[in-house]
Amino acid sequence: MRKTRKKSKLKDLWRRLKRNKLAVAGLVVLALLIFVAIAAPLLAPYGYSVQDSKASYAAASPEHPLGADKLGRDLLSRLIVGARASLMMGSIAVSIAASIGIAIGATAGYFGGWTDNISMRVLDIYQSIPMLLLCITLAAILGPSLQNAIIALGVCSVPGYARLMRASVLTVRDKEFIEAARAVNAGNARIILQHIVPNAMAPLIVEITMGIGSCILAGSLLSFVGLGVQPPTPEWGTMIAEGRNVMREHPTLALYPGICVMLSVLSCNLLGDGLRDALDPRLRN
Amino acid sequence: MPALLEVQDLKKYFRTGSGMLHAVDGINFSLEAGKTLGVVGESGCGKSTLGRTILHLLDATGGRMSFDGEDITNPKRAELRGLREKMQIIFQDPYSSLDPRKSVGETIMEPLKIQGALPKGDMIAETRRLMDSVGLAARFENSYPHELDGGRRQRIGIARALSLNPKFIVCDEPVSALDVSIQAQIINLMLDLQEERGLTYMFVTHDLSVVKYISDDIMVMYLGQMVEMAPADELFRDTRHPYTKALLSAIPIPGIHGKTKRILLRGEITSPINPGPGCRFMARCRHASEGCSQPQTLEECSPGHFVACHIHGEIV
Amino acid sequence: MEEQGNLLEIRDLAVEYHTDEATIYAVNHIGLTVKKGETIGLVGETGAGKTSIARSILGILPMPPAKIVSGEILYRGNELLRLPEREMRKIRGNKIAMIFQDPMTALNPIETVGFQIAETIRQHDSVSQVEANRRACDMLEMVGIAMGRFGDFPHQFSGGMKQRVVIAMALACNPELLLADEPTTALDVTIQAQVLEMMQSLRERLETSVMLITHDLGVVSEFCDSVAVVYAGEIVERGTVEDIFDRPGHPYTLGLFGSLPRLDATERRLKPIKGRMPDPTNVPEGCRFCDRCPRAEDRCSKSPPAESEIAPGHAVKCFFAPQR
Repeated sequence: MRKTRKKSKLKDLWRRLKRNKLAVAGLVVLALLIFVAIAAPLLAPYGYSVQDSKASYAAASPEHPLGADKLGRDLLSRLIVGARASLMMGSIAVSIAASIGIAIGATAGYFGGWTDNISMRVLDIYQSIPMLLLCITLAAILGPSLQNAIIALGVCSVPGYARLMRASVLTVRDKEFIEAARAVNAGNARIILQHIVPNAMAPLIVEITMGIGSCILAGSLLSFVGLGVQPPTPEWGTMIAEGRNVMREHPTLALYPGICVMLSVLSCNLLGDGLRDALDPRLRN
Repeated sequence: MPALLEVQDLKKYFRTGSGMLHAVDGINFSLEAGKTLGVVGESGCGKSTLGRTILHLLDATGGRMSFDGEDITNPKRAELRGLREKMQIIFQDPYSSLDPRKSVGETIMEPLKIQGALPKGDMIAETRRLMDSVGLAARFENSYPHELDGGRRQRIGIARALSLNPKFIVCDEPVSALDVSIQAQIINLMLDLQEERGLTYMFVTHDLSVVKYISDDIMVMYLGQMVEMAPADELFRDTRHPYTKALLSAIPIPGIHGKTKRILLRGEITSPINPGPGCRFMARCRHASEGCSQPQTLEECSPGHFVACHIHGEIV
Repeated sequence: MEEQGNLLEIRDLAVEYHTDEATIYAVNHIGLTVKKGETIGLVGETGAGKTSIARSILGILPMPPAKIVSGEILYRGNELLRLPEREMRKIRGNKIAMIFQDPMTALNPIETVGFQIAETIRQHDSVSQVEANRRACDMLEMVGIAMGRFGDFPHQFSGGMKQRVVIAMALACNPELLLADEPTTALDVTIQAQVLEMMQSLRERLETSVMLITHDLGVVSEFCDSVAVVYAGEIVERGTVEDIFDRPGHPYTLGLFGSLPRLDATERRLKPIKGRMPDPTNVPEGCRFCDRCPRAEDRCSKSPPAESEIAPGHAVKCFFAPQR
């Protein structure tokens, strides 16, 4: 009985989401990208580091559908395998950022007073430094690797989630059902975890979806400047960086990974937009 | 019969940007077990704050309280836990007082879970028994609040308040948000529960006709202070304070015969922030005279009938 | 002869709300007339369809999901439902004005109240700013607010004062019909008394017809000439205030009186109507009140009763209505 209820809530969300064609398109593209990333070894026609000196800068052909790079590596295979690093950067970094942000935002918003004041002022300072600069500095200190790039990205995106969560918690905190919980002896931890967070999550879900897009973008940038994924592992940002030098002669080398980044970011944003509308209780009927 | 709840000179002030807001300012009363005290007043008179301060949902600024013979003014953590199992609250708004993401069963069971005295199977059985006693069909156990109407939601709120088997319940406008026909069902339910369980109520409302139905004694509040308190029948028969009179005459009576002339209040409502020492109703009172700017003392004009107006005997 | 005095006539109005899963039958073929200078009370519970009726008159139903499936609304003989939006705009606010329940949402928080009233006047009459301001001042005076507060912002007023400003705005263009949707529900009783008293005297002075939507039978008995009792999208009883309060004919009306806590009552128990209003997406085939009705018989659940006039102007939609 309970299971069907929960399911019907999800169904309700899906019913409202599917009215928005762009959001559905975003969801489909995203699902496709995730599938490609997971099944990369099976889908890629060549190994991502297999070199073929004869195919250096090969144009599109039946053997290499999208051509090959300077070392004769198949571009399509590298794009497919590159989806893994890019999506991983996006999703793991956002998970880190969102969990820290939600924890900070929920405590600050619920307790208010000096807890709130101190954490918000710290975030103020944090946010006065340009995010990318901070991210690059952090990644540089930690040393260039995929893992460190993810940590840097995650840590740098915390403030947005923390602020949003705090604002959302403030609207829930003064509802009578919180007072009702306190009246039956519920402790702070129980109130936050059981009542506040579940009711404050809706705007966060939207932000998280959109955040995946911006983390993929920022991740590519880190790789582009050499602080992310290290060669020969392919990643879209690194591939753009490599293709940049031969942009005039072989534009496709930078163009295709560029399109991949754009597609993934766009689909995240479209889905996020759609979710925002679908989750808005005022539009419910 | 000893009093179950005794409140002496209770004060609750809020700090605001422009000064101290005197929400509850020196309230005294005692309430016997099994009785109902109606607290009446208009929005902003501090009646809800009074209820929440007694339940320690808000910290009192001053005064003393005792419950069941024990001093409960500054309870320790552990004492507060025990106290809350004996004192509960029913809220006004059946929409915002229920967590929209918890099912009916989960909401009613939560207090039992926190108490942790029963094994899981007993808790479920107890929840069903509670639902039955407030007239909620068992099939709603897994429903969510937004699927139910106002009356049924208010029944959930009542069941939650009853779950720890309290002695005393603060009812904060429990029927104000409901339609007339549903309101009557809930009032009757509350009267039945009081009889069955020997509950003591503090019934906070702005609706004098509802309070007359349910109360033994009625306290009228104005801007944080008690202006009049009397047994229910007497308050209506022998109204003393000019504010109570105006309040009574302002209620539109559903009937077309024997209309009385309304007392219309003029003037601005006194600000509850840093109020002066005199009568707070003075600015709107048509009987206002010089003596009104002095502090008003509560006078017992007949047994159990208190009034805070120095000229209550002279006005008609 | 009778037709001449009618300012507004609603015939066979039916409103439905269509959502993905269900159709809500909000207003079910109702008929109603408002005479010139008359105050009619529309009484009923939440979700009975009162507000949908008022919104249909003003042409401000949210469409979709709402849909007017049948009926006509005649205002001085003009069919409002077929009027183009351009024409309707001239009537709305000008001839027919509406007061909403919540004064907070009806006022723009960043403009002064005087300016807002003057704007309303200028939207409907082509007068100069100076003239509009002068009339706005007059309106404020009329609702008992000092002229000196012309330049104050809404947040500087109390709830009762705000509702008066809203009333001043609604009356600024001297409408012939005022639709008041629970105008005093959000107010304290002493403030409600002031606002009602003021509306009463304004009505007498300006000869405005009023349709008062409320759930409060007390307000109706003090303020209205005639009453329509609305239940689950139907008018189950209508008549003069005397008809309804002295000789109620419909079991629902009787039930409402039984549920009402009264100051003059002596018994300790109320007599509530059992059960609750039918789900508006799934209304009973017969009488909509039959599930809750103490007198219900077999025929009540089979087909809906017709409206029968038990005295001139006093109509009841019930099989048990005493025949004339």
